Amino acid sequence: MASITFREVEGSSLKYWLLFGGLALFVLFGALSWNYMHHHGHVVTGMDNQVVWGLPHVFAVFLIVAASGALNVASIASVFNKPMYKPLAPLSAILALALMLGGLLVLVLDLGRSDRLIVAMTHFNFKSMFTWNVFLYSGFFGLVGVYLWTMLDRSVKSYSKAAGTAAFIWRLVLTTGTGSLFGFLIARTLYGTSMLAPMFIILSFAYGLAVYLMVLTAAYAWSGRPLGDAVMTRLKNLLAVFVAAALYFVVVYHMTNLYFTKDHAVEAFILRDGGTITSLFWIGQILIGCVAPLVILLTGLSKSRSWIMLACLMIVLGGIAQMYVTIIGAQAWPLDMFPGLKESSSFFDGQIHHYVPSTPEIFLGLGGVAIALLVTTFAVKVLRLLPESLDDATVAKLEH
Amino acid sequence: MNTMKQKSSENAQPASAERRRFMSVAGATAAGLAIAPGVMLVEVAHGRPEDQPASSAVRWGMLVDSTKCATGCNECVSACSTENGWTPVAESKHPKQAPQWIRKLELQDPLTHHETNLPMMCQHCAEPPCVDVCPTGASFKRADGIVLVNRHTCIGCRYCMMACPYKARSLVHENLHDTQKPDVPRGIGCVESCTFCVQKVDRGDGTTACVEACTAAGHNALVFGDLNDPESEISKKLREIPTKEVRADLNLNLGVRYHGI
Repeated sequence: MASITFREVEGSSLKYWLLFGGLALFVLFGALSWNYMHHHGHVVTGMDNQVVWGLPHVFAVFLIVAASGALNVASIASVFNKPMYKPLAPLSAILALALMLGGLLVLVLDLGRSDRLIVAMTHFNFKSMFTWNVFLYSGFFGLVGVYLWTMLDRSVKSYSKAAGTAAFIWRLVLTTGTGSLFGFLIARTLYGTSMLAPMFIILSFAYGLAVYLMVLTAAYAWSGRPLGDAVMTRLKNLLAVFVAAALYFVVVYHMTNLYFTKDHAVEAFILRDGGTITSLFWIGQILIGCVAPLVILLTGLSKSRSWIMLACLMIVLGGIAQMYVTIIGAQAWPLDMFPGLKESSSFFDGQIHHYVPSTPEIFLGLGGVAIALLVTTFAVKVLRLLPESLDDATVAKLEH
Repeated sequence: MNTMKQKSSENAQPASAERRRFMSVAGATAAGLAIAPGVMLVEVAHGRPEDQPASSAVRWGMLVDSTKCATGCNECVSACSTENGWTPVAESKHPKQAPQWIRKLELQDPLTHHETNLPMMCQHCAEPPCVDVCPTGASFKRADGIVLVNRHTCIGCRYCMMACPYKARSLVHENLHDTQKPDVPRGIGCVESCTFCVQKVDRGDGTTACVEACTAAGHNALVFGDLNDPESEISKKLREIPTKEVRADLNLNLGVRYHGI
């Protein structure tokens, strides 16, 4: 097997620092948004006692799900012994860590008492899925960190497969935990199903790979390194499989609900009468997030790298729409305490709850995305994460 | 030094010693009169001394007779707001974000148009989903069945609000100014809900503000008491009339039972 040379990107050009500065600016906006929300309380957000988790959760859950998915490329290399993926693995691991960091920051900075984070780290209730997630996230940082170390340090290279396998199993459990945050909720009609755990895993495959492909392509294009079509074709075909599988889960989930009369009203809300939620479902999640990318990735259009990038971007945007529908849509539908009866009260019982995210929420969410990208941008400058070349000839040698 | 001051004031006003004696007797009498009913109540209702934990021998519960709950009456809600110091929603600048520990729920059968009124609040489940999901253990159930939030360890994650099937919980969305009651701690960024007036229960009042208000208004739709005591008023009534739990399908074993739903 041919050897691959990894090298830091130079990162001294104006373009690099513009990118770095631009991302840092968004991180600053995110920090200011948090400060504003923390000072005034959640009264300055669009969240209320009806829709209690808003846009920050949409971004946070998307980033956490994408983080575990971004690790997949590395897993394919070490767990499933595919040599072509080996040079792609270090970026996969760092991106997973960066996305996880971004997601977690948004999640904890949206707490009503974010100043009490230490309480969450010292008081545990092991019946809570949130508590399990605290350990799953910390373990993820630890395991992926060790895995990355085994990839970068020759002296511990022999442990790479073991570390990679552990990280792979851990990430599957982690995404099960993320899906179960919702799956274990009994109160809301659209939650309380074990379907959400495997669905989140398959979503993570799609989101994570889409983000990975965009970062990889951008890094190679902007640093002037060759990236051959062999890598792109392999990854975009894999992405198409993941997107199709995600769509399959969504169809089965809604078809099951549609079969049960008790769920007809809430399904009608999501699929037909929900206004913004319905638009985000059909246009965002289904059309932009699944159908259009599948058309691009499975047809001749995907011969063009720009089209592949567009498909990836659409999968990311569709993914955010999907998280919005999953998180906000389920809360917008009122709790059905008295099935069959019309409910009304001063507490907005029996009404559809409207939610409009406020500016600080938007910037807090974007701040999480920015910090993930900033960490990645900095990491490729200081660590040897990217192969000097991924042209077709170099990649072909790996497979023989 | 105090003695010196006392002496000098006695010299200045020779009659003041006698007056002070009178004042102290009168004061003691007044204090005695003020405290005595409390002491008596403690004895009658077995108020819990502060150094003793809540006992599982007691399970506090409430019976809501929706057939007696008057349309348009909001006495229970007002009383709760006054007792616990939360601003009534009508006075809030942000009604969607305003906490509501208890609210009147109006139900209508779309086919028959039959209407039902009832107060809805924390149901003090024996198996509370909010306690299950709380990451820090801030949501907890006392041995006597009262479900509470520990203000010191609530991080405001709102997972309990996602988990509660009764929409019983509220987040404090903004700074609280001067509405706080000394025995009902509240705070921005924390989640809160009906406490069964735990401060009154622990004082030995044996009732809650909403029940008192409903009784005072002459509706008698609410009864509070110990579900474990077969001789309590609530236990006797529960034996007499048919009652239901809201979302009984969830099998959460609620502390609040409804008649007429």
